[in-house]
Amino acid sequence: MAVTFQGLGAAAALSLSGSFDPNRLHLPCRRSLSVTRLSFVVRLEERIVSGSNLPPRRAQQLVSKAVATKADAASASTASKPGHELLLFEALREGLEEEMDRDPQVCVMGEDVGHYGGSYKVTKGLADKFGDLRVLDTPIAENAFTGMGIGAAMTGLRPVVEGMNMGFLLLAFNQISNNCGMLHYTSGGQFKIPIVIRGPGGVGRQLGAEHSQRLESYFQSIPGIQMVACSTPYNAKGLMKAAIRSENPVILFEHVLLYNLKERIPDEEYVLNLEEAEMVRPGEHITILTYSRMRYHVMQAAKTLVNKGYDPEVIDIRSLKPFDLYTIGNSVKKTHRVLIVEECMRTGGIGASLTAAITENFHDYLDAPIMCLSSQDVPTPYAGTLENWTVVQPAQIVTAVEQLCQ
Amino acid sequence: MATAFWSVNVIQHPRCERPSIASRKPSSAFLGSTLKLRFNPPSRSNFGFSETLRKSSPISAISDVFEEKKQKSASSSSSLLITKEEGLEVYEDMVLGRCFEDMCAQMYYRGKMFGFVHLYNGQEAVSTGFIKLLKKEDCVVSTYRDHVHALSKGVPAREVMSELFGKTTGCCRGQGGSMHMFSKEHNVLGGFAFIGEGIPVATGAAFTSKYRKEALNEADCDHVTLAFFGDGTCNNGQFYECLNMAALWKLPIVFVVENNLWAIGMSHLRSTSDPEIWKKGPAFGMPGVHVDGMDVLKVREVAKEAIGRARRGEGPTLVECETYRFRGHSLADPDELRDPTEKAHYAARDPITALKKYMIENNLAKEGEFKAIDKKIDEIVEDSVEFADESPQPSRSQLLENVFADPKGFGIGPDGRYRCEDPKFTEGTAHV
Repeated sequence: MAVTFQGLGAAAALSLSGSFDPNRLHLPCRRSLSVTRLSFVVRLEERIVSGSNLPPRRAQQLVSKAVATKADAASASTASKPGHELLLFEALREGLEEEMDRDPQVCVMGEDVGHYGGSYKVTKGLADKFGDLRVLDTPIAENAFTGMGIGAAMTGLRPVVEGMNMGFLLLAFNQISNNCGMLHYTSGGQFKIPIVIRGPGGVGRQLGAEHSQRLESYFQSIPGIQMVACSTPYNAKGLMKAAIRSENPVILFEHVLLYNLKERIPDEEYVLNLEEAEMVRPGEHITILTYSRMRYHVMQAAKTLVNKGYDPEVIDIRSLKPFDLYTIGNSVKKTHRVLIVEECMRTGGIGASLTAAITENFHDYLDAPIMCLSSQDVPTPYAGTLENWTVVQPAQIVTAVEQLCQ
Repeated sequence: MATAFWSVNVIQHPRCERPSIASRKPSSAFLGSTLKLRFNPPSRSNFGFSETLRKSSPISAISDVFEEKKQKSASSSSSLLITKEEGLEVYEDMVLGRCFEDMCAQMYYRGKMFGFVHLYNGQEAVSTGFIKLLKKEDCVVSTYRDHVHALSKGVPAREVMSELFGKTTGCCRGQGGSMHMFSKEHNVLGGFAFIGEGIPVATGAAFTSKYRKEALNEADCDHVTLAFFGDGTCNNGQFYECLNMAALWKLPIVFVVENNLWAIGMSHLRSTSDPEIWKKGPAFGMPGVHVDGMDVLKVREVAKEAIGRARRGEGPTLVECETYRFRGHSLADPDELRDPTEKAHYAARDPITALKKYMIENNLAKEGEFKAIDKKIDEIVEDSVEFADESPQPSRSQLLENVFADPKGFGIGPDGRYRCEDPKFTEGTAHV
């Protein structure tokens, strides 16, 4: 199944062509008035190619967007119904709207979520439908309105708090750490906090250091919260719905560059599992663990690797806290080699925690040390060339796999 | 819709002859340590709060009616500020608060409770004055000085004492401690250790009340939330952010400032550019009221109006209660910085003795009835200590419970099962 995405301006476009050459990027800057449509098509191969020097095996017809084993996989099949095509931000909106229809206690709060429709259009049209109270435009006071969401959650509502950019939620760290994560415990289980905190993060297109932050590494130590990262329209909608229905506080990480991914998703209702990882491409030689935007860099590298005769297994871990050690473990036991590709900083990132978790649990199964490719510990520079060098690029992934598979 | 908001006169200070704040010269090297807050009495005019007035005039007023009421009280019982039943209820609540806190001090020094314990002695008028006017469904949000707020709201003394001892029968199963008193049954939403972080939570609870009424169409939902916090908090950003939002959306909340003039060792005057906190209300479009927080009857009058406003949907109010804590900031604070004269001044205005005096002078109750209440409270507090002593410590199995409302949040283990299904999990020995 191909995932197509259309670029609508620099902030939204992720350019992936056959070979990635940053110098050939000519994307209009965010402020330009003209909108240039760029479309790229990336085919995500999910059929196993048997190369000449690989052991013969049955070719498997994969169910596209297969979800890892635990749940009944029937819902994952999109072959039966035609479904409908939409962009990732529309998928998020669809999930949110369905949940708001289903439960009148679900409400949205954030800056410009109401009349403006959300700075990435995730809440577009919802204020007209549900009213200004259910889709609340807040003043610019992250700490206070996140705390307000927590207080509302404690007293019976199910708020979805949007950080216009994930980085702004640094201002809400007091509330997220102390109240969101801890109050269920310090109250002895009396109050639950079914809040969803979501927003776009990650390195965009020359947005500058402060708008290019990856907060998953800062939040991961907070006890009592769950963190998930969506990467496709299918899992975006499913995770949004799951997060809203969860009784736990969930932080849903979206990525600025993925909002215009297009995909065909099922018409019928589906909810994904918050704690599970997603098998993107089964393989034999090496396990590549990734999430969010890096999934696409990995898949692009996978194309190259397959051509070179490798058979990588790609898993989108999706659940950043807690890790799905079952899916990950099964993969490690099969391939014995692990490469982690993430957009977090090297120091204290999700990859660091994942490396520790795999080493602790599956050390005996490893034939090589775990390799972790992360962003450089550098504030993201504005200049496009420098920005590209701070983030992991497909060529580096190819090199790393070749190194590990020697 | 205009409401008349009766504000109360400022407290009289022994050093009345001192010049106003603007021209004050410090008498010691420590600016503020021996200086007392003194207000220029605002103009005496009845004040009506309405939509049109909000933007034009600052909100402050003294009610002449209130003064007259006090004078007349001796003569006719119909203009008394409180009935006998209410008076005794209020007295009992304040004595419970005082007695409980004194017992906490004893228990702390005997090694039964630990950590940071912040006592409320002297401030009982604020807690009782406000909380005794609430319904069970109304919410209270407090700070780390929260034992008495929880008690006033109805949390049994046994549960609070157990919580302080860290026993599993505590209101938070021993997991919260002194600074985190919660009760779902009585709608006490905490208990927060960082100052200011409870105010947004209170704003959220008020938001839920408004949401229920307007989005969920529960027309009779008029639950009010009270947020208690101190003078130190009034320099914190979250306070201002919430004043803005509450006034903007007319949330049913009352912001109660317990201004005891000291934030640990920092005098309010040394840390605040304009120490008159009530003035900050009108800056955000809500009434700001200053009241003598050592007098429970005055606090009650103001509270009635503020809570009534919120219930009627007229929006928030900022009430500054000038009060005093007789003990140090916490049981670890040697309290050497405060001037003994200042302490003596406020000790002479003990809210409990003041109420008792008022009620006896106005023939509302006799000495014997007060003694009976004192005895009853002593027994309740002693019983709570016994109960807490005899209660079990939390067992290991409690360690991992309550981290998540849905324990699936601990994730899937290497064996494919959810970690919470692991028997070691319920024993508390699992490593998550």
